[in-house]
Amino acid sequence: MNAVAGRGRRAGVAEYIGEIAEHKGCRTSPGGSKTNCGSQAGQADLPKTIWEKVKNHPCYSEEAHHHYARMHVAVAPACNVQCNYCNRKYDCANESRPGVVSEKLTPEQAAKEVLAVATSIPQLTVVGIAGPGDPLANPEKTFKTFELVARAAPDIKLCLSTNGLALPDHVDSIARAKIDHVTITINTVDPEIGAKIYPWIFFNHKRYTGIEAARILIDRQLQGLQMLTERGILCKVNSVMIPEINDLHLVEVNKTVKARGAFLHNIMPLISAPEHGTVFGLNGQRGPTAQELKALQDGCEGETKVMRHCRQCRADAVGLLGEDRSAEFTTERIMAMDVNYDAEMRRAYQAKVEDERAAKVAARREELAELAGQKSEITLLVAAATKGSGLINEHFGHAKEFQVYELSTSGAKFVGHRRADVYCQGGYGEEDRLSTIIGAIKDCHAVFVAKIGDCPKRKLIEAGIDPVDQYAHEFIEKSAIAWFRCYLDKLQSGEILHVKRDNPAIHQKALTSAA
Amino acid sequence: MPFKIIASQCTGCSACEPLCPNVAISEKGGTFSIDPKKCTECVGYFDEPQCVAVCPVDDTCVVDTSWPRRQAQA
Repeated sequence: MNAVAGRGRRAGVAEYIGEIAEHKGCRTSPGGSKTNCGSQAGQADLPKTIWEKVKNHPCYSEEAHHHYARMHVAVAPACNVQCNYCNRKYDCANESRPGVVSEKLTPEQAAKEVLAVATSIPQLTVVGIAGPGDPLANPEKTFKTFELVARAAPDIKLCLSTNGLALPDHVDSIARAKIDHVTITINTVDPEIGAKIYPWIFFNHKRYTGIEAARILIDRQLQGLQMLTERGILCKVNSVMIPEINDLHLVEVNKTVKARGAFLHNIMPLISAPEHGTVFGLNGQRGPTAQELKALQDGCEGETKVMRHCRQCRADAVGLLGEDRSAEFTTERIMAMDVNYDAEMRRAYQAKVEDERAAKVAARREELAELAGQKSEITLLVAAATKGSGLINEHFGHAKEFQVYELSTSGAKFVGHRRADVYCQGGYGEEDRLSTIIGAIKDCHAVFVAKIGDCPKRKLIEAGIDPVDQYAHEFIEKSAIAWFRCYLDKLQSGEILHVKRDNPAIHQKALTSAA
Repeated sequence: MPFKIIASQCTGCSACEPLCPNVAISEKGGTFSIDPKKCTECVGYFDEPQCVAVCPVDDTCVVDTSWPRRQAQA
């Protein structure tokens, strides 16, 4: 067992991460220095070739995810690894988590769906295969789909997400298919920990269990990662944060995958509820709280870029990351459609999106200049209700999620999102919905909305969260920085006092695709 | 005895289908089934029955006792 996992479990994640951060000379106080790493990395922080690859990929660039959409095509149902956080039997249309789909597609159906979606959602830039099983356990269907999509819509980027077990066997095919982004889920680099996450793997016509299974899987994952990065294929590593099993160990995973060339590390909270029917759901294994997740992400930042905007979407998700429009594009509907793929229309639309992005960046820069004279150690979180484009453009009561920004004198930094929907629970009234939302953002000092009713406004104030509607339809980051400037002014004049906020739980309920 | 798939438990994931050395597995209405006349329990091909080893749901590929045992296990 390695040093990290062998440490006393009493030490909190945050405390432990603090030590690591200090040790490696990374910032120890949040907001204490400017961040130029993380998934927020912009044009200035990345080599040009990499920036070109990620700038319009919502899953690889935090900045892009406000503007560009992705879709997953569910052509790969078979899997070669059993994971304790996955249950392949369960499919509720209102369920949002990896491994779940409503329909399986043939490669031909998938290619047509891509064209139909790319025509109605012109900001769609990425098509991925993420399951519902493992794409590389279904190599024929996966590569046939990529071939058909590349032929019909050459402007769309291709990516895939794998558990890595079969990866070393398919690196050549991946390179040939011009797949320039590959995500590998690596939850541990320690076979003993792996044995607690994976009951078995199927490899070389044999089922392996326990530590032996985990050792084979980890070896294949790391070998595949290295083979891909040596060929210049961009790799993201996904890790599921499972408290008391791999949480502290993920720092070690972060270092290991960085050493093998991973571009981005995405640490996601375990989704686990009894109704999912997973091993972890049924044995009561809890997921991390929002603060535990953030502490780990903060601690890993600097080793490898850390992604914080992942929505852990379904293997057939369609749309911007915060939304799922897959229900609009059922196979039946797609097959009946007469699709006319208009690359020119898509180019024109995306040019408009680029103008919008540039305006957002310029607005942030101007507002930051205003903040330049301010000196303060304070960092705090704010939430924003948005439908995309980096704007405060959603009504408080309609928001299904809130984007969370960390504010300091260095500016506004995207640090995550909070689910606020209460679908799939049934019978919840307005009152419960409001308390659910307040619970989800109770670590925030303010919430920025396009509009808000009097009752929720009052409740938010009672809960110590400032409801801010004066920046309706303006850019989130610019508005948040402006608000923070006023906040610091008020503190200085003694008008208000700075208080620390609570630690919210992460919402485990399903995200529905119904609007 | 050949193996059979309990349809109510089959997720339709298709993992077993291409692994069968006898091409005995096919899809019917979203789930898979094994042709008992073709199944050899993988004897002579692999150490363990492939459908059983890869199936994500325990006790879904099971021995079909209504058929005679094909060959005694070594």
